[in-house]
Amino acid sequence: MRFITVSGPPSTGKTAVIIKATQHLRQRGWRMGVVKFDCLATDDDAVYESHGILVRKGLSGALCPDHYFVSNVEQVVQWGLEHELDLLVSESAGLCNRCSPYIKDVLAVCVIDNLAGVNTPRKIGPMLKTADIVVVTKGDIVSQAEREIFARGVSAVNPRALVLHVNGITGQGSHELASLLQEAVAVDSVKGRRLRFSMPAALCSYCLGETRIGEDYQQGNVRKINLTDPGQEGKP
Amino acid sequence: MTDLPGTPIGALLQRYPFVTRLLMDEELGGFIDEPDWTVERCVEHHLASRPDLLPAWRDAFLERLERSIQEMMEFVSDDTERVERVTIRGGRSKDGAPEPVQELTISVGEVICIVGPTGSGKSRLLADIEWVAQGDTPTGRTVLINGQTPRREWRFSTAHKLVAQLSQNMNFVMDLTVEQFLTLHADSRQLRPQGADPESARDEKTRTIHAIWNAANALAGEPFALDTPITSLSGGQSRALMIADIAMLSRSPIVLIDEIENAGIDRGRALELLLRQEKIVLMATHDPILALHGQRRVVLKNGAMQQVIVPTPRELANVNTLRAMDAKLMALRERLRRGELLEELGET
Repeated sequence: MRFITVSGPPSTGKTAVIIKATQHLRQRGWRMGVVKFDCLATDDDAVYESHGILVRKGLSGALCPDHYFVSNVEQVVQWGLEHELDLLVSESAGLCNRCSPYIKDVLAVCVIDNLAGVNTPRKIGPMLKTADIVVVTKGDIVSQAEREIFARGVSAVNPRALVLHVNGITGQGSHELASLLQEAVAVDSVKGRRLRFSMPAALCSYCLGETRIGEDYQQGNVRKINLTDPGQEGKP
Repeated sequence: MTDLPGTPIGALLQRYPFVTRLLMDEELGGFIDEPDWTVERCVEHHLASRPDLLPAWRDAFLERLERSIQEMMEFVSDDTERVERVTIRGGRSKDGAPEPVQELTISVGEVICIVGPTGSGKSRLLADIEWVAQGDTPTGRTVLINGQTPRREWRFSTAHKLVAQLSQNMNFVMDLTVEQFLTLHADSRQLRPQGADPESARDEKTRTIHAIWNAANALAGEPFALDTPITSLSGGQSRALMIADIAMLSRSPIVLIDEIENAGIDRGRALELLLRQEKIVLMATHDPILALHGQRRVVLKNGAMQQVIVPTPRELANVNTLRAMDAKLMALRERLRRGELLEELGET
């Protein structure tokens, strides 16, 4: 079973891209399943179902969605194997720019859109920097120059990735993405594999339900903001 | 650069000024003022001051720095082959029947129009060209560049995109003035000839930006200023700026145009501008005047290229009549704008 991890900021078109790109594979008889990781709510499971794609959703609730993902990904893989899938996709909404749900040697796709600000690629962390394929969506509604500037911004932070423009509505570019997804490696377990990048760290009083503000209530892994003159920042 | 870790920051920045941004992003910006420190020393110092970073950060950072330099050098090098012509070898229609047009070659300086109803395969044809199809798309078409099977880099490299696209649904979304926007685009192209001193590179960039702005103003009916925000340009002005920018700043040798609206822009001159910059223009249009601008037009039907039409002398003889009809409609539009009644259509 081929396994792919897809992530990207909310509303960039991850679901539309996955549905369009796998259409060609499904037509050729591939059995496909998706597990959607989100935080509070998602309707994407209904969208997948309407395309006849086997789907499960996992909502992390009050937990960090990345931690929730990594704690469950092996079961997800086993679920896919039980259903004899040819292709399993885990789709995670990258809810913070520090998200990094990619696994070494498992094809990692990041979906971002042209409407995000020109500096956005620099603001997104490992989710973009460590992806193998970066899919840029909504290119049909911005100018060629903006597409070029944006794609340059992506290459600057992740020179290794293939950058692909896909239109989630018309499907332009989705066949091309599908030809790359086909090359994903097969897995029968991800147990013992490593994440590409450490997950966002947190273990402080607020993780455990503290709601009061002030130093007296801050315990554990706490990092303080640096408000010194920017000219002095990082000075040896 | 062979010994990246041992290179002093000052020497690194002199050779590769673009890594400044990477250093800033990795919160190493403070070391820019320490030109004698080696990369290694900065990395060690940074790691020591940031207990939350894992030791593996060191190698990851060095790898990113090296790749970034490699990629940028590849990007600015101009050794890619010039595209003189593109050949499309026919595949099959949606029913699997062989495509009636088995070969179409388009050369630099040509305008090819594409006509056909919705769903006839216009988007797929354009996508086949963009992806440089090698029999691996649903149509089974093959695309050749200069008569040869193209190098793989045309598919994947952001630096060497084969196709630039323009459609009337496109808008500017960046919150920038015309000048800032063109500067940013020029910078993303790294318009700086190797070895050129910074001052003459800056002059060159300024000249390019002004040339694009002038060209766009020549196309647009109403002129705009360099300090106009791009998001407040009118439809015609936006289209004019996009075309001038594609003609003069985009590297892509092929331009795909999906209709240009008839208002606020001189479309004939827009095409001339693109052709002067040695572009290959493919234009999906059902506008009679624009369609007759093309040297040939491809008729699409059921996913396949059905026929290639060269405008006949009788068609071309109609161009002036079409222009007169167009001018008449434009004049009526102008009268409407002035608040007049359209009871008399007569000679306007």
